Amino acid sequence: MKLIECEKLAMSYEGVPAFHNISFYLESGDYMLILGENGSGKSTLIKGLLGLKAPNSGKISFNGITPREIGYLPQQNVIQKDFPATVKEVILSGCIGAGGFSPFYTKEQKENAEKCMRHLHLDKIRKKSFRDLSGGQQQRVLIARALCATDKLLLLDEPVTGLDAVVTAEMYDLISHLNTVHNVTIIMITHDISNTLKYANKVLHISSDRSFFGTAEEYLKTEFYKEMSGGKKHDGYSC
Amino acid sequence: MTDILAEMLSFGFISRALAVGILVSLCASLLGTSLVLKRYSMIGDGLSHVGYGALALAAALNLAPLQVAIPVVVVAAFFLLRLSQNSKMKGDALIAIISCSALSVGMIVVSLFEVSIDVNSYMFGSILALQEEDVVLSVISSLLVIILYVLFYNKIFAVTFDESFSKATGIKTGLYNALIALLTAVVIVVGMRLMGALLISGLVIFPSLSAMRICKSYGGVTLASVIISIVCFIVGLSVTFYVPVPTGACIVITNLTAFLLCAAAGRVRGAVSK
Repeated sequence: MKLIECEKLAMSYEGVPAFHNISFYLESGDYMLILGENGSGKSTLIKGLLGLKAPNSGKISFNGITPREIGYLPQQNVIQKDFPATVKEVILSGCIGAGGFSPFYTKEQKENAEKCMRHLHLDKIRKKSFRDLSGGQQQRVLIARALCATDKLLLLDEPVTGLDAVVTAEMYDLISHLNTVHNVTIIMITHDISNTLKYANKVLHISSDRSFFGTAEEYLKTEFYKEMSGGKKHDGYSC
Repeated sequence: MTDILAEMLSFGFISRALAVGILVSLCASLLGTSLVLKRYSMIGDGLSHVGYGALALAAALNLAPLQVAIPVVVVAAFFLLRLSQNSKMKGDALIAIISCSALSVGMIVVSLFEVSIDVNSYMFGSILALQEEDVVLSVISSLLVIILYVLFYNKIFAVTFDESFSKATGIKTGLYNALIALLTAVVIVVGMRLMGALLISGLVIFPSLSAMRICKSYGGVTLASVIISIVCFIVGLSVTFYVPVPTGACIVITNLTAFLLCAAAGRVRGAVSK
């Protein structure tokens, strides 16, 4: 079943065209990487998928899922570094969208948050302050919060930025576990092709003039992959 | 302590100052947590200067001061919180622009129309300036702030912690930012009569900063900042009853003392837990 299908999508960022003619589809259980250099329009595409920005032309269709049911893990912002909030408070805030205008969390929402907390083995640090956690633990908490909002699809925006190699590997394992065992569909924006391609079954590479969409195997044969893995440095990452 | 309070309350202007002060301290500290975390600590300063400009204008045009000041400051607050997110100019620069421009407008109006405004009391506050209508206004606006804050507590938390995520889950983040702007503006206008344009920031930022040193959860910080804010206000006001020093300044210094104590307590606890 196609969860999301984009046809001949064109979007712009602050009036400047970011990309055009992007088509792809996502089925339940997929693990898709979105690749592309900085400024190629990855963030704009995310806004489109989340329903926060209308495309210039083309169409995004949702099937069995709404933009609100996408669990989003944004890039971390500076505010969070010294934010006084417990792990539980942060995770519970993932339920907020489902509440409509209700001012307080319902019993079901609280139970759901508990479930997500146990799921990611965070119940032991539930009372710890978010600002006192390590980078890896913080990302884990934010994934649990995203899972509170949905268990269908996670959209992760460069989830390993600032993490060391060991924690990065753990994070990839966790995401893969959610995908294979719990059947959560994954969309991940990343620069780290070498470590992530083995998990993914679909790849979308966007750039201003040309794009690629296909399976991970097909991507290995493209010019994009050769460029990215040819030792050429991209955005400070050597791939 | 109760004797001192009883004696203080026998003076009409002191009981008015206590009523207005406690309510304003409560509301300022509630909003302060969000504002400090969103890096808008200086918004109180900026808005109170807008308030000064508006009050000067109101005096020149012979209008009721607060009826002019509240809408003008609300517009300025809305402008600040909304615009700084979308424009290339950052919050601190915008606050500086708005603050000194409004102050200049106020000064020009005062000299052109030869308005007799006690600049000293607007800048540094005066408990004698509070009228019966200020008490009524502060009760109404404080109730508004408290009710809206409690109703939207969870959403204000979510939007403050992570605006991108909140937007993605369907929360109208613009609406909540506007709500914070509106409530902040009301608190600033009501509070600046008491604390003065230059010192109202102290009521907004200090209690939250103090609470953040000692509490780990957002709920804890919110509650602790309210308590710290009210206690500091009462202590500061009580001191000025016996020592002839300006009330606003005394309250700020009490808050500074509380902040230093909390910072020390936070350090000690951090060291112990390590």
